[in-house]
Amino acid sequence: MSIRKFLYILPFMILLATFAYYPLYGWVYAFFDYTPPIPLSKSPFVGLKWFHSLVENQVKIDQLLQVIKNTFGMSGLLLLFSWLPMIFAIFLNEIKAVRFRKFVQTVTTLPNFISWVLVYSLAFSMFSSEGIVNGLLKQWGFIDSPVLFLQDSDHVWLTMWMWATWKTLGWSAILYIAAITGIDDSLYEAARVDGATRMQSIRHVTLPSLLPTYFVLLMLQLASFLNNGLEQYFVFQNSFNKDTIQVLDLYVYNLAMGGGSYSVSVAISMLKSLISVVLLFSINGLSKLVRGESIV
Amino acid sequence: MSDKTSLVPSENVRSGNPLQPVKVRASTIDNMISVLIYALFALFALICVYPFYSILINTISANDLSARGDVIFFPQKIHFQNYFDVFKIPGLWHAAMISLGRTLIGTTLTVGASAFLGYMFTQEDMWRRRFWYRFTIITMYFNAGIIPWYLTMRSLHLTNNFLAYILPTIVAPFFIILVKTFVESTPKELQQSASIDGAGTMTIFFKIMLPICKPILATVAIFSAVDQWNAFQDTLLLVTDSKLYSLQFILYNYINQASSLSTMVNLQNAGSTAMASLATKQTTTSIRMTVTIIVVAPILLIYPLFQRFL
Repeated sequence: MSIRKFLYILPFMILLATFAYYPLYGWVYAFFDYTPPIPLSKSPFVGLKWFHSLVENQVKIDQLLQVIKNTFGMSGLLLLFSWLPMIFAIFLNEIKAVRFRKFVQTVTTLPNFISWVLVYSLAFSMFSSEGIVNGLLKQWGFIDSPVLFLQDSDHVWLTMWMWATWKTLGWSAILYIAAITGIDDSLYEAARVDGATRMQSIRHVTLPSLLPTYFVLLMLQLASFLNNGLEQYFVFQNSFNKDTIQVLDLYVYNLAMGGGSYSVSVAISMLKSLISVVLLFSINGLSKLVRGESIV
Repeated sequence: MSDKTSLVPSENVRSGNPLQPVKVRASTIDNMISVLIYALFALFALICVYPFYSILINTISANDLSARGDVIFFPQKIHFQNYFDVFKIPGLWHAAMISLGRTLIGTTLTVGASAFLGYMFTQEDMWRRRFWYRFTIITMYFNAGIIPWYLTMRSLHLTNNFLAYILPTIVAPFFIILVKTFVESTPKELQQSASIDGAGTMTIFFKIMLPICKPILATVAIFSAVDQWNAFQDTLLLVTDSKLYSLQFILYNYINQASSLSTMVNLQNAGSTAMASLATKQTTTSIRMTVTIIVVAPILLIYPLFQRFL
């Protein structure tokens, strides 16, 4: 056993401990009545008060329920359509014009590499009241006054799903494209000898070969069901769609940074992390049970 | 099968040779399906690329036309004044330097650390190697949440501090997995023979592993550079000092308050006599779109490099 080799990596482990593990200590804020700038050491210990306060009256329950509904709605939509990249890869592979296929693959991966701020900027240029889409609609005489796409609060889940799909579809397909490359050609030859049509060989050869990859990704996605991330919803939020766009991550941010309620927001974020870990490990266990291999 | 199910893109991702198409006699239904597939992919490709194209042609068209929404397919009355003008906005140059600085420094350190840790985690005789490897990887799946993270950063005095952009990104578990997988695929004899010749851990790392790992390190470098360039959340949470604003953050602000900026640029230009024709007068739209193109440009420039990995 070489301790010296460990000493080489020690500085990096310290960095990791500082930025990934030490923040866990921040969870104690959930048990104190903390209002900056009074330091934690002078804040009173309140026990589970903040956890109780989440459900103490109907207004707060309703608010939290709405946030949870949004989180489930938007994660659920992504989960519901999680097979899209696989289908994308399968049909892209059916395209025989190599140049066209390369072009499609290149162009559709591009949005994955820009930030959500840039996505928002594109969305703003396209869909704001003075954007290109409204300009076109007006020119063609469909509308008199601009349609306020970005302020719409009724279809936020759908539009957020659409932007996420626009951004990641092409890139997510790459994993499947790689997997298709790995499928043994003799399987297709056998299918052809048996008289399979193109759709039949997709159904009986390509699809079954991709399912293992799909299930692993699906389980990971399930495990991070509560973690929608902050950026996408933060940039797209405005005072009109606030109620339907707030997912847990954004809600926690708005509570703390907007309202200064650090303790409550830490309490929520703590619950969220704990549930996520339980989810991750149960799905990992399920995967071990069903497929014989773990995903973590 | 096992590497197909792995989440780590291995060499497979880079080889990208599409499967040889199976020759089946095309029936009418097959042909119709083909046409449909082509049409759908063409449409999606168009949807992916048009927003970029549209903004680009709007920034180089006459600003009065673009403000009216007349520039849709082709640029009209091409001029490049917008690009000179936006750099007159106070703070934009500085933000560009901050973005560039964090990208260069951050990427260098992340690549170095990923290479070193990826290599070290293959050293079987390291004390408690498996534990430390798990200690690293598990952070991909689990974190305390953004507010505890923010409170930590504040207590470490990393708010309004350039180091906040760099330090947390140095140890990147995903990149470490990539490098480790790559190192494991190289022949063990290389390290063994070097070690018999008297080379120590560090010598083997610098003289042998680093040169061998170049392809995977290039991948890590590009990914990490894009991450750094695109980072927005850390500025949002940790920075209030405008000297540390990144381009992404500035762009976000501009989308929300571009009208005052266009007035400012127009006022600055009003002094010089050559200005103020309608075609080059700054509008809310022109400022916002031009800054968008400036922020997206480095990604578009680095993008051809990605092609090698597709």
